Amino acid sequence: MALGVSKKEKIDDLAETAGVSLAASAWKRLKRSPVFLTGAVIIGIFILISLLSPWLAPHNPSDPMLIDQVIKARNEIPPAQPGHPLGGDLQGRDFLSRLLIGSQQTLIVGIGATVIGLTGGLILGTLAGAIGGWVDSAVMRIVDVMLSLPSLLLAFSIAAMFARPSQFTVILAVAIVQIPVFARLLRGSMLAQRHSDHVLAATALGVKKGAIVFRHMLPNSLGPVIVQSTLVLATAIIEAAALSFLGLGNPDDRIPEWGQMLGDVQKVFDTHPQLAAYPAICIIIVALGFTLMGETLREALDPKNRR
Amino acid sequence: MLRYTIRRLIQLVGVVLVLSLLLFAWLRVLPGGPVSALLGDRSTPEKAAELTKQLGLDQPIYLQYFKFLGRALTGDFGVSTGVQPGDSALDIFIQRFPATLELSFFAIAIAIVIGVPLGYLAAKRRGSWFDNASVVGSLIGVAVPVFFLAFVLKGLASSALGLPSSGRQDAIDATRVTGFFTLDGMITGEWDATFNALVHLILPSIALATIPFAVIFRITRAAVLDVLDEDFVRTAESKGLTAPVIRRRHVLRNAMLPVVTTIGLQTGALLSGAVLTEKVFGFPGVGEALAIGFERRDYPVLLLLIIMATSVYVVVNLLVDLSYALIDPRIRTR
Repeated sequence: MALGVSKKEKIDDLAETAGVSLAASAWKRLKRSPVFLTGAVIIGIFILISLLSPWLAPHNPSDPMLIDQVIKARNEIPPAQPGHPLGGDLQGRDFLSRLLIGSQQTLIVGIGATVIGLTGGLILGTLAGAIGGWVDSAVMRIVDVMLSLPSLLLAFSIAAMFARPSQFTVILAVAIVQIPVFARLLRGSMLAQRHSDHVLAATALGVKKGAIVFRHMLPNSLGPVIVQSTLVLATAIIEAAALSFLGLGNPDDRIPEWGQMLGDVQKVFDTHPQLAAYPAICIIIVALGFTLMGETLREALDPKNRR
Repeated sequence: MLRYTIRRLIQLVGVVLVLSLLLFAWLRVLPGGPVSALLGDRSTPEKAAELTKQLGLDQPIYLQYFKFLGRALTGDFGVSTGVQPGDSALDIFIQRFPATLELSFFAIAIAIVIGVPLGYLAAKRRGSWFDNASVVGSLIGVAVPVFFLAFVLKGLASSALGLPSSGRQDAIDATRVTGFFTLDGMITGEWDATFNALVHLILPSIALATIPFAVIFRITRAAVLDVLDEDFVRTAESKGLTAPVIRRRHVLRNAMLPVVTTIGLQTGALLSGAVLTEKVFGFPGVGEALAIGFERRDYPVLLLLIIMATSVYVVVNLLVDLSYALIDPRIRTR
C-alpha cells in the first residue's frame, strides 16, 4: 500500500516488544525510575482531583454568579477576589471551580478516546492477526488508507462531519484516528507470536483456536498496547483542545472541559491571557504526566534495554 | 528502483481515489451541509430546496461522485462556499499553497538544524544534566498545544521583539513571479519584500517547528545511543580513528536512517499543525483555508485540500523510502 514504510515500521517496532516475560523485569526498572514515578504522581493527583472535584470545587461551575462584574463594553471580567481566587470567566462563572470540574471531563475525553480507539483496534487487529488470509489483507488495506492521512487532519475532518458537535463527537473524532494504530500494533504482535513456541505448544495440545487467541496471544500483546494507550491519553486531551480551537468542539460549555476552555477563549487571548493560560498549564502538566509514563514504559519494555 | 517508484505512484492514485470517494460520500451524506452554510439564518425550506437542486445535491450520490471526478480531471473541483466564496477551490489551493510551503520549509529547517545536533549531543552525554534537561524539554514540547504556543509567541515575542505577528496582511506589494513571497523578491530584486516576507515567517515557523523539533530530537538521540553501543564503533575507536571520523562515517551515517524517516513523517504531518498555526497568525496559507473551511463547512475546498494534503504526505513518504537507498547501500542492492 502507498503509505511510507516508515510510520508502519514505528508501530511494528513497538509491536515486537510484546512478551510477558519482560513485564516483571520492566516493572522492576520502572519502580526505580524517577521519570516514571514523576509521571505516575502527576496522573495520580490528576485522577484524584477529577474524582473529588465535586467536593473540591467551591462553587457551581455553570452558575454565572459574578455576571454583574462582567462589563462587555470595557472588556472587563471578574478579577481575583475573596472566595474566587482565580476570578471569573467571560460569563461570570467561578474560574477555579470550572478548572476543578473541568478535570473530570478532560479525564473522560482521554479515557473515552483511548477505550474506543483501543476497542476498534482490538477488533480489527485481532481479526487480521488471528484469521489472516484475505481478512488480513482487507483490514490492513483500510488501516493503511487511514494511516496515509496526517492524523490530526483526519481528526479534524471526522469532527467536521458531525452536524451537531458534542463532547461525544469530539471523543469519537480523536478515537477513530487511533483505531488503525492500535489495529496495526495488535496485528503485528499477533503475527510475531503465531509461530512462537507457546502458541505451537498450545496448538499441539489441541487448544481451540479461539482460546489460543484470547488466552495466549492477546495477553502477550498487552505490553505495547498499554504503552500506546498511555500516549494516546495525552494526545487525545491535546487534540480535543485543537478541535475546540477550530470550532469543532462541544459548543455546550455548562460542564467545562480544559480543551474546550482553552479553545474557546481565543478571541480574548490578547486581553485576558489568564483565561487561556490556566487550562493550558493544566493540559500541559497532565499530557506531560501521561507522556512520561508512556515513554518510560516503552523504554522499559524494549528488550534492547533489558539488563 | 524505477519499477518500485512507479508501483508506489500507482498505489498513490488508488489511495487518492478511495479517499476522495470516502470523503465525498461522507461530506454529502451528513446534514448541515453547504446549503445551510450558504443560506445561514435566511434559510427557508423553499430556498434550501432550490439551492440543493442548483448545486446538484438532489441527485444520487454515485452520480454526483462521477460528475465530480469528471470535472476534477479538468481541474474543476467546485466553487468555494465559505473560505473565499465564489472562488474556485483549485484557485484557492494554487494561491495559498506557496505560502504554506514556505512556512513548512522554515519550520522543518528549524526543527532539523536544532533537533539533530541537540539529539546527537544529548546522546553523547547520556545521563548528564544537559541530556536530562533536553529530554524533559522535548517532552514538554510535545505536551504543549500548538495553538496555545502560537498565541503565547504572538503575544510575548511580537511585543517584546517587535516581530510582526499578523500573517501577511502588511506584506510589501512586490511583483509576483512564483507566488513564493521570499523568492519573488529575490528574482525581481525587491529585497525589502524578501526581508519582509522572512520576518513575517519567524514566529509562525517557530510555533510550527516545536513538535517536529521535539520528535526529531528524541529520535536522533535514541538512534545515536543505539549506534554508540554497536561493536563497530568500539572497533573504530580501538583502531585509533579520530573522533570526527568516527562521528561522521560510523555514528551519524548509521543513525541517519530512523532520523530521515522521522523527518519525512514530520514534514508530511506539518499541515496538521499548519492548520492551527496559520489560523492563530492569520497566515494566508492552505492551513488557514482548511481552518476556515472546517468552521464554515466549505466542502469543495475541504475535499480538494484534504486530498492534496494526503497526496503530499504520501509523496513525502515515498521520497523518504527512496532516500533510504542513498543512505544505506545495503538497501540499494536488494
